[in-house]
Amino acid sequence: MWVIVTYDVTTETKEGRRRLRRVAQACKNFGQRVQKSVFECSVDQAQFETLRRNLLKEIDVKEDSLRFYRLQEPRDAHVEEHGVNRTVFFDEPLII
Amino acid sequence: MKQLLNTLYVMTQGAYLTLDHETVKVEVEGKTQLQVPLHHLGAIFTMGNVMMSPFLMHRCTENGKAVVFLNMNGQFLARVVGKTTGNVLLRQAQYVAASDANKAASIAKNIVAAKLQNSRQILLRGAREIENTGIEAGLRQAATSLSDALINLKKSGTIDETRGLEGISANAYFQVFDTMVKENRETFIMKSRNRRPPRDPMNALLSFIYTLLLNDCVSAAEGVGLDPQVGFLHAIRPGRPSLGLDLMEELRSILADRLALTLINLKQITEKDFEEREGGAVYLNEGGRKAVVVAYQKRKQDEFTHPLLEEKVPFGLIPHVQARLLARHLRGDMEEYIPVLYS
Repeated sequence: MWVIVTYDVTTETKEGRRRLRRVAQACKNFGQRVQKSVFECSVDQAQFETLRRNLLKEIDVKEDSLRFYRLQEPRDAHVEEHGVNRTVFFDEPLII
Repeated sequence: MKQLLNTLYVMTQGAYLTLDHETVKVEVEGKTQLQVPLHHLGAIFTMGNVMMSPFLMHRCTENGKAVVFLNMNGQFLARVVGKTTGNVLLRQAQYVAASDANKAASIAKNIVAAKLQNSRQILLRGAREIENTGIEAGLRQAATSLSDALINLKKSGTIDETRGLEGISANAYFQVFDTMVKENRETFIMKSRNRRPPRDPMNALLSFIYTLLLNDCVSAAEGVGLDPQVGFLHAIRPGRPSLGLDLMEELRSILADRLALTLINLKQITEKDFEEREGGAVYLNEGGRKAVVVAYQKRKQDEFTHPLLEEKVPFGLIPHVQARLLARHLRGDMEEYIPVLYS
């Protein structure tokens, strides 16, 4: 399934900047960055649970915001892309 | 059912692969070209001068992801092998079966039967699609000689007879194989099957695809805990992945040969994708290799209904399914090894 993860992490304090880095890394482990604080992840149920748990561990619920959106399948019918930063499909041929 | 995981192919010379948390990062000249979460990958293939950090190798072996090194021509060089895992009892059963002439012959026979049947399907499909009646007759004749061999195979008892029938049939098959080429016929003419080194573009193309397929078959054998070196149809020889070769036999025509023809007939591969080396060896060049790998990966995602399981399986998973069926037979849970038949 496709999940969109978005977050807002307060970066006023040193602690906040640290959280931001760690949240971004946790997202990177499961998907790809499509905008500054937006990630698209193609995961199964178990992976999604892990991702959610990891992220909840990182954020400060009083300061930050974290949102998960489930994309309706098929993804291509529901996503429109413009501008830079095109999605890489990790299940298509990966050749470099 | 196992999920068909993707394979990362790195062909850019000088690329460096590292483990970044739970992702693989591919850097070229210090710039990140791609970052993929590990959970999407089942294997990493590198060709030529590609470096990989030890930590990435460690993680891949821990998680059972295949790491394969190929040279620039796509020939197999090395595989990173982790701890010996899997069921030792299954491997023992495999060794016992391999030294039991009757059992080995029966497995080999079923594999060859499927190979003949699947090759026949490819020839008949070629015959249906061709307009030239002379070529059509040739293809149908070769198909008939394969069905004759199938009948003889039924009567044959020993493994040598089986191997003999396979050899004769392969000759008949490759004699007419290039008549199924519709585009660039002068480039892809093929006198006979030759390898090490391949001497014409068609042989180079086939050899390259077979390498990709063989690696998938070896991984499949390892994935279910079988010893990829101990085969039944192919004799045991040091360094030879005999079981991988066995598993590949029934899939050659449907996965590799058909793909080669499609690539040529759709002009996705033309004479400019090859280069000749001194001594008459012919290899795919960089552009050619990329085109083939893309097509092969796409082909693996196509689904077909497995005749035994009666469910849809992506082509890329067939080696795994077949390795599992073989393991079941070796353990004694299934009377015979049932190969995959394509129709």
